[in-house]
Amino acid sequence: MNALIVAGLLLVLLGVAYQSGWSRSRGLVTADGVKIHSRPQYHGSFVAIWAMVPTLVILGLWAWFGGGITRDYTVSLIPTDIMTSLDQVGLNAAIARIGALASGYGVTGDSPAWEQAAGDALRSFQMLTFVGVLVLALVAGGAALVYARSRIDARLRARNAVERVINLALLACSAVAILTTLGIVASLISEAFRFFTFIHPFDFFFGTVWNPNNAGSAGNWGSYGLLPLLSGTLMITAIAMLVAVPVGLMAAIYLSQYAAPRLRAVAKPMIEILAGIPTIVFGFFALVTVGPFLRDMGNLVGLTINATSALTAGIVMGIMIIPFVSSLSDDILNQVPRTLRDGAYGLGATQSETIRNVLLPAALPGIVGAFLLAVSRAIGETMIVVLAAGNAPVLRGSPFESVATITVSIVNQLTGDTDFTGPQSLVGFALGLTLFVITLGLNVVALYIVRRFREQYE
Amino acid sequence: MTDTLSTTRQASIERTQRIRSGLRRRHMGEAIFRGLGLAAIVLALGFVALLFVDVVRKGVPAFTQSNLHLVVNFDPELLKVDPAPAPTAFASQAEYNAASLKWQRDVAMLNWNKVVEASLRAAAPAGFDIDSKQILTIAETDARHDIRELFVADPSLLGQTVDVDVLASANAANWIKGNIDRSLGDAQQQLSAPARALIDTFVENGTISNGFAWSIFTNVDSRAAPASAGLLGAFVGTLWMMLIVIVLAVPIGVAAAVYLEEFAPKSRWTDLIEVNINNLAAVPSIVFGLLGAAVFINYMHLPISAPIVGGLVLTLMTLPTIIIATRGALLGVSPALRQAALGMGASRTQMVFHHVLPVTFPSILTATILGIAHALGETAPLLLIGMKAFVASVPLTPIDQATALPVQIYLWQGNENRNFFEPRTAAAILVLLAVMIVLNGVAIYLRSRLEKRA
Repeated sequence: MNALIVAGLLLVLLGVAYQSGWSRSRGLVTADGVKIHSRPQYHGSFVAIWAMVPTLVILGLWAWFGGGITRDYTVSLIPTDIMTSLDQVGLNAAIARIGALASGYGVTGDSPAWEQAAGDALRSFQMLTFVGVLVLALVAGGAALVYARSRIDARLRARNAVERVINLALLACSAVAILTTLGIVASLISEAFRFFTFIHPFDFFFGTVWNPNNAGSAGNWGSYGLLPLLSGTLMITAIAMLVAVPVGLMAAIYLSQYAAPRLRAVAKPMIEILAGIPTIVFGFFALVTVGPFLRDMGNLVGLTINATSALTAGIVMGIMIIPFVSSLSDDILNQVPRTLRDGAYGLGATQSETIRNVLLPAALPGIVGAFLLAVSRAIGETMIVVLAAGNAPVLRGSPFESVATITVSIVNQLTGDTDFTGPQSLVGFALGLTLFVITLGLNVVALYIVRRFREQYE
Repeated sequence: MTDTLSTTRQASIERTQRIRSGLRRRHMGEAIFRGLGLAAIVLALGFVALLFVDVVRKGVPAFTQSNLHLVVNFDPELLKVDPAPAPTAFASQAEYNAASLKWQRDVAMLNWNKVVEASLRAAAPAGFDIDSKQILTIAETDARHDIRELFVADPSLLGQTVDVDVLASANAANWIKGNIDRSLGDAQQQLSAPARALIDTFVENGTISNGFAWSIFTNVDSRAAPASAGLLGAFVGTLWMMLIVIVLAVPIGVAAAVYLEEFAPKSRWTDLIEVNINNLAAVPSIVFGLLGAAVFINYMHLPISAPIVGGLVLTLMTLPTIIIATRGALLGVSPALRQAALGMGASRTQMVFHHVLPVTFPSILTATILGIAHALGETAPLLLIGMKAFVASVPLTPIDQATALPVQIYLWQGNENRNFFEPRTAAAILVLLAVMIVLNGVAIYLRSRLEKRA
């Protein structure tokens, strides 16, 4: 209700300010043809910006500090003899009761006279401060409006001023991207360092046992060795690459070199559909279809394959990455100049010889870049592994067994309702930092290679 | 002389033969290579087909639900409770609410299972031998809540008889749909023999009928009553998050792209920003979840499990995509347009906002929709900010506890009642995929329309 009133008044102020600037500007135009620097809508925007800034500053200050001031006032309403008998919980309850009385909702049970009086006083205080702040804000806005309006004349460079404000707003928006990176780095590093105050970095990075004691206390935290998770991650990534790179690369080669335009027009978007499917769907597919299928196949040939294993997760992750590899490779193959290919044909090479001996070597750096980007995606992938890899953080070499990865352990250790006081939850940030550094390294190298590759043929 | 001639001829014949045989080998290699390429395409498309067929085959049966048509008698013998309090009898709103809550508690304390049981027995053939516990397994456990709520909403029902449709229990639905092997012995069945016989009787006499499972769309999640678990809460949670993403990510992303592409001085600083944004686009999504947990929840104390935090995290995740796409679109605008605008005396800002940006509108719109579709399916970061909590209500504001569609899929696939929840999970996936296909379709349609006009 109050918020609606404020929003409504702000809109009215905005409209009035813009209109008054605009009309004043229109008034400057006279028959003798004075040159006016800015067009009327810039004068309008100029006045509107001037009017809005002080208003918003005052309202913002009140939004920030108002709650505390109201609370202090409420506390001062409670008589001192009662005040001394209240502990923290009782005080909060008393404040809530007074607030309920002030809002007219009322309270249950007997209400002492001082409580009623405090409720009435708080109600008038709230009314007074609300109206007071609103009036103050509007007066400040109005004064700024009048001042800005008085500055309008033919030579006022309103357009430049307005454009400067727009520029600043744009700059602020692009700073968000930087702030995000800074936020990620700062939160990961600070929380990871807190983790390292519990567990020695050496035990974390080179430990071979992952067995966090989630109910543990000081001296009995459990073991937090990264190596079982890292080996699981790398195993799944390797399997995924064994699936995705041959299929993705050959599909890209066929689509860009052999396929008739009509087949290409159909097949390319179809493969890209795979890229748009949420990873949780792949995880479900792996869990209920691929896993049992692999287990049955294993039984047929006498192998024991767990339904949830590195193999299951790896194969499905490979399927997920196929469109990523194929569309990146497709771009890169298309960037190799025609002249190289025509030269090979001129020497009598067949199409596949041209592709293998000329096209692929020329495109190799770009394809390596694409490969590295795909590896980085596989390492950071979460949901498929959470559902289909079995979550068994044990150091072992068989792809037919259940494994756990870095991402799975982050999900298991951090559920959102932790207070980040023990290594059990903080380890999530140490794992996140490891993940971030690995993927960042891969991305930087890959993007550098791809960029160099592009420049080479430009 | 003739000797050398014959040797040359000999050599040339040999060479031709060598080339011939080599050519055959080379053409074979060509065919094999080509075949491998085709096989890769077939394999990739086969995976798409397999995935869709699998999910559809598993999910479609879950869109049928078994309804139980009961005639409920609000018997005053079973329902001994004071009349509901009237609002006029109390001094303040708070007093009335307290009295009303107390009355509702009293109503809840009544044994509504007795009412459900009486209705089930009324529908069963006379003299059917089944005990109370067994007969109650036929109706879903929240049937008694549904009937109680009818009474709370209208206390004058006491003593009357009303037709009520409730859901058959998940086990009953499994039995009816044949999700469980009917030939298994009693020990492996989840329902007792009399209950199974009564269900079959009910199906024959029309007390139980199958219908489209609207409950998937109109109910919130439920643990105690699996048959009535629905997606509404998750759907609204997703809607809130997408709203936040649209309101924040699109303007900020476009503005950032405009600044970087049109206004920023080309310097090492902007190079750094560019590298930074490209890397941000490739950072694993789970890292954004860590950022959300550390900054939004732990530092800013925003509420856990709330769509506002989820929306902010997804916004940060989507921003790089939108920035990169918008920059690409701005780069593609022909220099002639810019020069024409500048030549007519427009300022740089006017040139960008009046001429360049409108031309890029179709591409920005498409990129935005695709970015939102991507955010819609994202699960991992949401798990870290507590959105995997069990929430059985519709989030009315963005600071209420909520979950999201993909997280609901994650929660359902982990449910112990696999016979019932595997189809239901697949059904939820179908709903998610349907939303994504609609979004992608809209993107393609808008792009083709707007590009034609431009």
